Amino acid sequence: MTTDTLENTEHHEEHHAQPSGIKRWLYTTNHKDIGTLYLWFSFIMLLVGGGLAMIIRAELFQPGLQIVEPDFFNQLTTTHGLIMVFGAIMPAFTGFANWMIPMMIGAPDMALPRMNNWSFWILPFAFSILIGSFFMESGAPNFGWTFYAPLSTTYSNGSTAFFVFAVHIMGISSIMGAINVIVTIMNMRAPGMTYMKMPLFVWTFFITAYLLIAVMPVLAGVVTMVLTDTYFGTSFFNAAGGGDPVMFQHIFWFFGHPEVYIMILPAFGIVSTIIPAFARKKLFGYSSMVYATASIALLSFIVWAHHMFTTGMPLFGELFFMYCTMLIAVPTGVKVFNWVATMWRGSMSFEIPMLFSIAFVILFTIGGFSGLMLALTPVDFQYHDTYFVVAHFHYVLVTGSLFSIFAGTYYWLPKWTGHMYNQTLAQWHFWCSIISVNLLFFPMHFLGLAGMPRRIPDYALQFADFNKWVSIGGFAFGLSQLLFLAVVIKCIRSGEKAADKPWDGAEGLEWTVASPAPYHTFSTPPAIKDE
Amino acid sequence: MRGRNRIWLLLVSLFSNAAWSDSQLNLTKGVTAISNEVYDLHMLVLYICTAIGVIVFGVMFWSIIFHRKSKGAKPADFHESTKIEILWTAIPVVILIAMAIPATSTLIAMEDNSDSDITIQVTGSQWKWHYKYFDQDIEFYSVLSTPREQYENHNGEPATRSEHYLIEVDKPLVIPVNKKVRFLLTSDDVIHSWWVPAFAVKQDANPGFINEAWAKVDKPGIYRGQCAELCGKDHGFMPVVVEVKSEEDYQQWLKEQQQLIADAANAEQASLSASMSKEELMQLGESTYLAHCAACHQPTGLGIPPAFPALKGSPIATTGSIEEHIDIVFNGKAGTGMQGYGKQLSLKEIAAVVTFERNAWGNDTGDLVQSADVKAASGE
Ligand code: HEC
Ligand SMILES: [Cu+2]
Ligand SMILES: [Cu+2]
Repeated sequence: MTTDTLENTEHHEEHHAQPSGIKRWLYTTNHKDIGTLYLWFSFIMLLVGGGLAMIIRAELFQPGLQIVEPDFFNQLTTTHGLIMVFGAIMPAFTGFANWMIPMMIGAPDMALPRMNNWSFWILPFAFSILIGSFFMESGAPNFGWTFYAPLSTTYSNGSTAFFVFAVHIMGISSIMGAINVIVTIMNMRAPGMTYMKMPLFVWTFFITAYLLIAVMPVLAGVVTMVLTDTYFGTSFFNAAGGGDPVMFQHIFWFFGHPEVYIMILPAFGIVSTIIPAFARKKLFGYSSMVYATASIALLSFIVWAHHMFTTGMPLFGELFFMYCTMLIAVPTGVKVFNWVATMWRGSMSFEIPMLFSIAFVILFTIGGFSGLMLALTPVDFQYHDTYFVVAHFHYVLVTGSLFSIFAGTYYWLPKWTGHMYNQTLAQWHFWCSIISVNLLFFPMHFLGLAGMPRRIPDYALQFADFNKWVSIGGFAFGLSQLLFLAVVIKCIRSGEKAADKPWDGAEGLEWTVASPAPYHTFSTPPAIKDE
Repeated sequence: MRGRNRIWLLLVSLFSNAAWSDSQLNLTKGVTAISNEVYDLHMLVLYICTAIGVIVFGVMFWSIIFHRKSKGAKPADFHESTKIEILWTAIPVVILIAMAIPATSTLIAMEDNSDSDITIQVTGSQWKWHYKYFDQDIEFYSVLSTPREQYENHNGEPATRSEHYLIEVDKPLVIPVNKKVRFLLTSDDVIHSWWVPAFAVKQDANPGFINEAWAKVDKPGIYRGQCAELCGKDHGFMPVVVEVKSEEDYQQWLKEQQQLIADAANAEQASLSASMSKEELMQLGESTYLAHCAACHQPTGLGIPPAFPALKGSPIATTGSIEEHIDIVFNGKAGTGMQGYGKQLSLKEIAAVVTFERNAWGNDTGDLVQSADVKAASGE
């Protein structure tokens, strides 16, 4: 632990004038502080977005309109989606990137610390605009998180401008975050850490950052076109003026499909770190994991129109996008097989991070299966825009991305706080979540197959039974997350002192520093041992 | 061991064809050759995915059970094997090709729109469907027929709900059995999507563009679906109902429709010279308003500003000229939710609804509007 003592002395020299209180957080350029900010912000957004989902599920608990009006219902589904995607999942991963990448590659901080500060601090403004629109005359955006034109343009309720500016700010934040990740990884690896020696976690964030830089400008472009169509008389998506509403969908999904990989590749990285630690065995097929991640990223650019099979594409287009989409199953399969092979003949134990990771592997794979089913164009005509799709993307985003975030939080919480979390509470969190989340999302497959469209505030009577169960699952899952909050707060305040390396099977530079991690780590680069 | 057998039995029964094909859990087989092919394809992938899941999760649970530290398992130290990795890249490719072949042939069949017997234009608008039969001069709107009281129950549940709550309409689309019916889909405003699960037809209705789909139905009956693309406030209240009739019944229905159209034209002509009393106008006006206007302007006339303006106290419905009022109802306003009702309502109904709007909710103008006024102001 020589690095360790070095850290501590330097800490005192450099930072005698560090501001305290709110200013510490406003002015901070420290990657750990910013990581913490991102993580708390995303958790607050998770609760807000979850609260909206609870209202949705309360309305759908039984047939009839009991609680909200249809138009407000549309505002709920729209903002729920936007907040969960841009406010909860993406910032949580940026939080992980900030905390862990420098520590994993032996760098003292992110490469561009001031930009780092800015990329976080513009986010609260973006979401204030978005959530604030609920309290304006227009109401919040009500055209779905996919904001298809002309519903979001000519026929908008007047919230389009707020929506567009909010998305612009989120996009700027993401792009800056991504630039920072790339620059850090390319320039600040400890000597001897070649690309193929980087932890897989770092690789997945590296590739994700490229995806972000590639597609966030496309999103910015399409929202700008929506803005000018709505307020400045252009006709990009207005057929009456020579435009094409389907072109909107092409541009949107050119962003949108890579976006879903932006939300799952980091999850792969987290899970690929945790499974070997608790199987006490090296990750199986490290290099094939890297190649699989890269090929998923590349393929993500040529499958976008599988979201649009019903828009009236020519046969050739449908076949092309069907085949490409099916191909994604190959690298994704490789990943799942590699995880299972890592567990095979390991020496496994089942601490909370491992429980969430195993749940991830199973439930994400179920989401992958329904994804494969959706890829087949002829059947997609039946599944499209039904609860089957809702089930699919919640399996990959909730039991996929969100579960990986839980897994990663439990895994690194001892490093972040210096304390072990409360085992019993965490067990409760896991088991309540896993039971309720399946009650919440599994019956949605049946609802979709039986013909229930998505985004409807009321439904035919044959859907009533399942919807009741789904709602009960939803409330239970929502409440279970308060347990998570309790675990984290308890862990920050108190708890058994964590060792520098609390998991005997864990590997990586982050475990060579003290717990909690000192404010500055690796001011002198660590030596990377050759294997 | 017995426990495991029971689980197997449960799983097998859960995924067996017999348990699924007729229950609500699964996709409908539908009533066309295509929908049956789609169903088979769906089951094929479902079985393949289930089999892969059983193998992969089986291996995983095997190691979870037997390779645990608490049982004294020592970790092996293999961490790659080119042979195995090539194998589990190649096998999925083969499986995917096996799925792609039937998918491709089904898709090619679905997209073959040629040689249709009948063509019907389907137009979506907020929030109803319009059907127009080519070569028959028949066209009509199809609107949700579930009464509002059944679903707007903020003040308590209704005593009963109809059997086909929210998936019933005033006038279903009628098509003959065993004929290839081609649908041309478009929209007057936002994007809608016309979906009948039993036909495996789901096709977007895009404003300004025309999409094609077709169905050849094997069995007479009533088939229900819904709009599948978010199209604004009442997206959930825009069902699709198709009645499939035998050839004779269909011909009979066509005759009736032609008769109805002739009757309506006569009534229209007659109404021009007739004059209605205020009571009659207000009564017809109220029912027309509730059926066609209340979704946006609300039964209270207060609308949902800013998207849907209030009519109570609005200048157009009070101090403004009657002609202007008729004009906006008859011709609508392009690029807004306000569609023209000239095609959808009779002159009498438009006269009544304008009278109603000018006298309801305290808009006490005292104005009476007759069919002839509508005819004159509409400029036709
Ligand atoms: C799909 C929603 C919708 C329906 C249904 C609808 N309207 Fe409208 N209506 C609107 C909108 C939107 C406007 C505002 C148009 C504009 O921007 O000027 C409007 C405007 C009007 C106005 C002018 C009000 C003013 O103050 O400018 C009248 C009168 C009117 N509608 C009557 C009717 C009648 C009568 C019906 C039923 C036959 C009806 N509307 C059905 C959406 C609707
Ligand atoms: Cu619609
Ligand atoms: Cu719709």
